[in-house]
Amino acid sequence: MLRDITIGQYYQADSNIHKLDPRTKLIGTLVFLISLFLFRNVTAFAIATVFLAVMIKISKVPFRFMMRGMKSIFVIMLITVIFNMFMTPGDALVKVWKFTITVQGAENAAYTAVRLIYLIIGASLMTLTTTPNQLTDGLESLMGPFKIFKLPVHEIAMMMSIALRFIPILLDETDKIMRAQAARGADFEHGNIIQRAKALVPILVPLFVSAFRRANDLAMAMEARCYRGGEGRTKMKPLKYSSGDRIAFLILVIYLAAVIAAGRFGFI
Amino acid sequence: MGIVETKDLRFEYIRRDEDGNVEGITKAIDGVSLSIKKGDFVAVLGGNGSGKSTFAKHINAILYPTEGRVTVDGKDTSAAENTWSIRQLAGMIFQNPDNQIIGNVVEEDVGFGPENIGIPTEDIWKRVKGALKTVKMERYSKHSPNRLSGGQKQRVAIAGVVAMQPKCIIMDEPTAMLDPSGRNDVINAASELNKNEKVTVILITHYMEEVIRANRVFVMNHGKLALEGTPREIFSDVDKLRELRLDVPQATLLAWYLKNAGIPIKNAILSKEELTEELKRIKAESFRLSNADSIISKYMKSAGNRESAVNKNEKPLLILDHVSYTYSKGTSDEIKALDDVSFTIRKGELIGIIGHTGSGKSTLVQHLNGLNKATSGTVYFDGKDVYDKDYDMRSLRFHVGLVFQYPEHQLFEETVFKDVCFGPKNMGMSEKDAELAAYTALRAVKLPEECYYASPFELSGGQKRRVAIAGVLAMKPDILVLDEPTAGLDPQGRDEILGLVRELHDEQGITVVLVSHSMEDVANYVNRIMVVDDGKIFMDGTPHEVFSHYEELENIGLAAPQVTYIMNDLKKEGFDLSTDVTTIDEAIPEILRSFK
Repeated sequence: MLRDITIGQYYQADSNIHKLDPRTKLIGTLVFLISLFLFRNVTAFAIATVFLAVMIKISKVPFRFMMRGMKSIFVIMLITVIFNMFMTPGDALVKVWKFTITVQGAENAAYTAVRLIYLIIGASLMTLTTTPNQLTDGLESLMGPFKIFKLPVHEIAMMMSIALRFIPILLDETDKIMRAQAARGADFEHGNIIQRAKALVPILVPLFVSAFRRANDLAMAMEARCYRGGEGRTKMKPLKYSSGDRIAFLILVIYLAAVIAAGRFGFI
Repeated sequence: MGIVETKDLRFEYIRRDEDGNVEGITKAIDGVSLSIKKGDFVAVLGGNGSGKSTFAKHINAILYPTEGRVTVDGKDTSAAENTWSIRQLAGMIFQNPDNQIIGNVVEEDVGFGPENIGIPTEDIWKRVKGALKTVKMERYSKHSPNRLSGGQKQRVAIAGVVAMQPKCIIMDEPTAMLDPSGRNDVINAASELNKNEKVTVILITHYMEEVIRANRVFVMNHGKLALEGTPREIFSDVDKLRELRLDVPQATLLAWYLKNAGIPIKNAILSKEELTEELKRIKAESFRLSNADSIISKYMKSAGNRESAVNKNEKPLLILDHVSYTYSKGTSDEIKALDDVSFTIRKGELIGIIGHTGSGKSTLVQHLNGLNKATSGTVYFDGKDVYDKDYDMRSLRFHVGLVFQYPEHQLFEETVFKDVCFGPKNMGMSEKDAELAAYTALRAVKLPEECYYASPFELSGGQKRRVAIAGVLAMKPDILVLDEPTAGLDPQGRDEILGLVRELHDEQGITVVLVSHSMEDVANYVNRIMVVDDGKIFMDGTPHEVFSHYEELENIGLAAPQVTYIMNDLKKEGFDLSTDVTTIDEAIPEILRSFK
């Protein structure tokens, strides 16, 4: 069950998107996410859909693989959609007992759902095509200017990278601990909220103990390999913009211009 | 002058209470002086708590001596300015493969060390490629470490150290968490590094087979250097080694017994080939054992009566009927973990399930208590179909107690006693009954009583494992399933746990299923072996039946116990003896008989 989460995973393939500089992908993803919230009309979303579809095609990541990650956010999405449907005031569309679905509500819900789905797909497209190390390198480089404000940019990047490395390991471990406690008759599925919260103790305590043990081991292993912070470190894969990145930026500008134009002049 | 020198090294762990007052001092290393020559392959042996890991961390300047001196390539590790150059000179490999890999892709991890010491980009790539080639992992350079096996991960870790171009590599129990084939790969990588690149290797271990490749061995005990010498010198004193909680290869042990029985075998046999050669020589000299019959009868004792204990008419407890199981069905990573598995477990059996990592044995045992539900096929417990709608699946978990691999990682309560009560309480026992069950279980696993109210996190590794086993035992299961119960323990800890398992079976009448990848462990204890390979039951029979097919076992990457090989080799050399032998106890009278 826990294995199905794809956010933060890397999908190995040889595509033009994989080859882009992580900074390009970070900026591109950010622009795409913002573009989703700039406008709400069908034309603009149609352009975003085409853009996203083309990017997925180029990335060579199977669409099914990407959709697996959606299951985990389905509940959040459902809640947002329901809230939007019932809580937006406006012209009544359908009445269900005390609640009213309004035309504006339904519209809101539809847009929110599409935005959320695109947002997740867009973000996971980035993480699927960028190794976590490249990603943190990109972030480190983009956040570089903040070093002036004493922001420990390298350390933050390293922490993120390690967190990403250990997410699958800790998920695996959680699964194992849950099974081990289930073998001792632990019950995670029945009972009220308090009972269920209590049932988590036998999982969380061993998980924390293990996380600390791993952190301790890892710190020692890093020190043993001469890690001493960002100073004096060279890079195995230094970031360099190539001609592909220039083309990517050009496409991005065209996309943004198209969305803005559609938002202004498109219908609905 | 050696590459690593220690002079009167002492190290103390100081325990403090909450206010920072000194509560006690543990002397982990107590006056060790030794010298390791450049280019040597050195093994450091010792049981758990002998101080060998603490010693290893001194060579890499992770720990500093409380007293005494450690120098690496002439540099004093205590001097702060030497720290980084020493860590580069003397690389370190740790026990847990997962916890020492930093990179998210193999090549990035190997490049981590060179990045830290400021190597220019092009040179990093050269080093990374070279290092991966040295450990034969170049094919995996773009892979995620999470998808590698334990042995492969350890080889990546070795590459990560090699890329820093050290003069010396310290390996702190690098194979303790691996299966036999992974263990072999790692030790081969280390020994090639030593031979081809002239890197000094310091291997900390408690596996004796690994020590044979070393040219110098140090044995540690209670923080002191107990023995020092070549492997042959060390293995000549079997009595002393046993006293130090270490075990010896089966060939060495068998030779030692035969010598004690009066056969003039030379000292310190290291391998099965040597033993066969030696026995052949003695036979050629037409040596005869005087008053052979009385000696043989002395060694006949308990050998060979375990298998008769199975009663084939006993009623079946658990039946697996054409069980198949597929992971992630319908996706691209669909894996068929079990493929049409059928067998019956009868009351009173002591079964060993053997297979290497990834053979499906862990998936299999989780079907026994219903944690995994078969994709097709059925499981019957006590005559009832457990997949039936009306069957209470949770109750099956109380009937079939499953102890996971590294079960101590699931302990969570404040005290040992409370933790063991967890299972019984989940069964719905009253407070009093649960406590009684916990108490009985803790006594059964022979945990010292002063530990009952201690925090489980304060206990030693072996004690924690006992507590975890008690936690399952307290539910009074009909079948006790243990998944790799000896993983990561030292030889004495392993013998204690296996002895405990046998006692639970013999004295309390519990049906036991023991999952392991070690043939030698299992051969001594069980009365039936199931070999799992590629999701199928490859063989099912008594140890004698299974091991007589030792050549087929080899084809699937497993091996019979060393004694089986020795007996077969002797037979080929014209000895008149039965090859139907799986333990040393059985081998001794059999070999003695041929010198009558």
